[in-house]
Amino acid sequence: MTQKSVSGAASRPGNFRRAASKVAVFIICLMPLAWVIWLAFTPGVGGSGLGPNPQEFLNRFLGDWALRFLLIALAVTPIRMLLRWNWVFRFRRMLGLYAFFYVSLHLTSYVVLDKQFFWDEIWSDIVKRTFITVGMASFVMLIPLAVTSTAGMVKRLGANRWRRLHQIVYLIAPLACLHFFMMRKGVQLEPMIYAGIATVLLMIRIWHRFRSRPGAG
Amino acid sequence: MLIRKPRSNEIRPSEITPRHVFENRRQFMTGVGMVGLGAIAGGSLGGLLAPETASAATTLATIKNDKYTLAGLGEAAPTDKVVASTYNNFYEFGTGKGDPADNSKDFQPLPWTVTVDGAVENPGTYDFDDLINPHQLEERVYRFRCVEAWSMVVPWVGISLGEVIRRLGPTSNAKYVAFETLYDPERMPGQNRSPIPWPYVEGLRMDEAMHDLSLLTVGMYGEVLPNQNGAPIRLIVPWKYGFKSIKSIVRISFVEDQPPCTWNIANAREYGFYSNVNPEVDHPRWSQAKERIVGTGIFAERRKTEMLNGYADQVGSLYDGMDMSKYY
Repeated sequence: MTQKSVSGAASRPGNFRRAASKVAVFIICLMPLAWVIWLAFTPGVGGSGLGPNPQEFLNRFLGDWALRFLLIALAVTPIRMLLRWNWVFRFRRMLGLYAFFYVSLHLTSYVVLDKQFFWDEIWSDIVKRTFITVGMASFVMLIPLAVTSTAGMVKRLGANRWRRLHQIVYLIAPLACLHFFMMRKGVQLEPMIYAGIATVLLMIRIWHRFRSRPGAG
Repeated sequence: MLIRKPRSNEIRPSEITPRHVFENRRQFMTGVGMVGLGAIAGGSLGGLLAPETASAATTLATIKNDKYTLAGLGEAAPTDKVVASTYNNFYEFGTGKGDPADNSKDFQPLPWTVTVDGAVENPGTYDFDDLINPHQLEERVYRFRCVEAWSMVVPWVGISLGEVIRRLGPTSNAKYVAFETLYDPERMPGQNRSPIPWPYVEGLRMDEAMHDLSLLTVGMYGEVLPNQNGAPIRLIVPWKYGFKSIKSIVRISFVEDQPPCTWNIANAREYGFYSNVNPEVDHPRWSQAKERIVGTGIFAERRKTEMLNGYADQVGSLYDGMDMSKYY
């Protein structure tokens, strides 16, 4: 925040670059969605580029990207800690909101395309299937984080309370990884890669905290 | 155990036209009761084809089994052939649905042998041709229901497993039939990882194996089985979830005790020995009440799954008095 005011208002080109970089990241983050929409309108095996089981393809695709954005957003702070690239910080909110955006689409595709609004089936899924319970829990916990992502909300809550609230993400990320791991049959490599990345991102924080505050145990 | 190496100039069994094809050659040429015009008995006349042609889809000479037809299933059309051969599970070639088709391109199924052992009068290592050729290939359209709640309608080509078993002559000690898939990580790259234990093993109770529905399958859509669908020889047990229909079989054992099954070893809570299709018994992670017929589009309604996949009137009596939710 401080370097913003230092380099800030005086230099117009700096402002422009910041705004342009935000627009660029915004558009890049939309690429997965654009790609899957493109596929839906491309001919392919089983009707479209989404393949023979388009509901499954779409749902997994959106779930994959929700998890990826969640991990990318979680990587911002460690990158700042380790590489001192302070500029990445300005994308953190957008990346977090994109995680929420893709997980909302993931859930929507499940309700609309997979379950076709059979609410009784959806309810019994949530109650009976642990991996769906876990996935739904992490979605529900993301809602307050998305809602309080605005600058106004940070001010209203106060920085400390806001930070404490947003630490729920340290629970959300492992749960999201667990959801993915439990969804797959057998012991598969891919979910473990995501879980491994999440673990590393959380461990860096812990390590950094101990290093910067040696007294606090 | 007898393995005979053929001399190089010898006519291989695979090159001999089966008697039933020869004797019915007029019918064969007019295509009555046969699939495909000028059909070549693949595997049987494979030697007459140029190697390039032989490795591509090879048409099989089959008769249609009137008991198991598309109309009998109440379906207008089978699942698209491309869908059935590009969307499936075969972890030996990777865990993604497209992996089997992508990673099995170089797989050479022939020559192939199947070892028969255990409580049986005619044990030995059988060449693929010796196992298949004494029998009439028939086409049967079955509904294929995956445990993952999707299904297909597939015209399989194969021979009655029961007839093969009768020929092999199980002794009175044979209560179950166990099957084993090839384990060869160099040819099956998915076996370099271990999402499930290798080799893949499956089993049936003897009366299940002897049932008319059980098909030892060598083809689909009138053609030789694609590598990704379990070439050159696989099982199809249509009233059970797809994973019971073991692929690329190298061993058939007749045993006294219930044999181990791969998915049951991997996760006993989710997969039992029987694995009969049952809309009333949920998989712990999803409902089995409905199924998505793959290839029907993004807004297609799901189909209600039938008890024993719609074959209850034929195989239901095998499970009389058995608690299907306990023996899932």
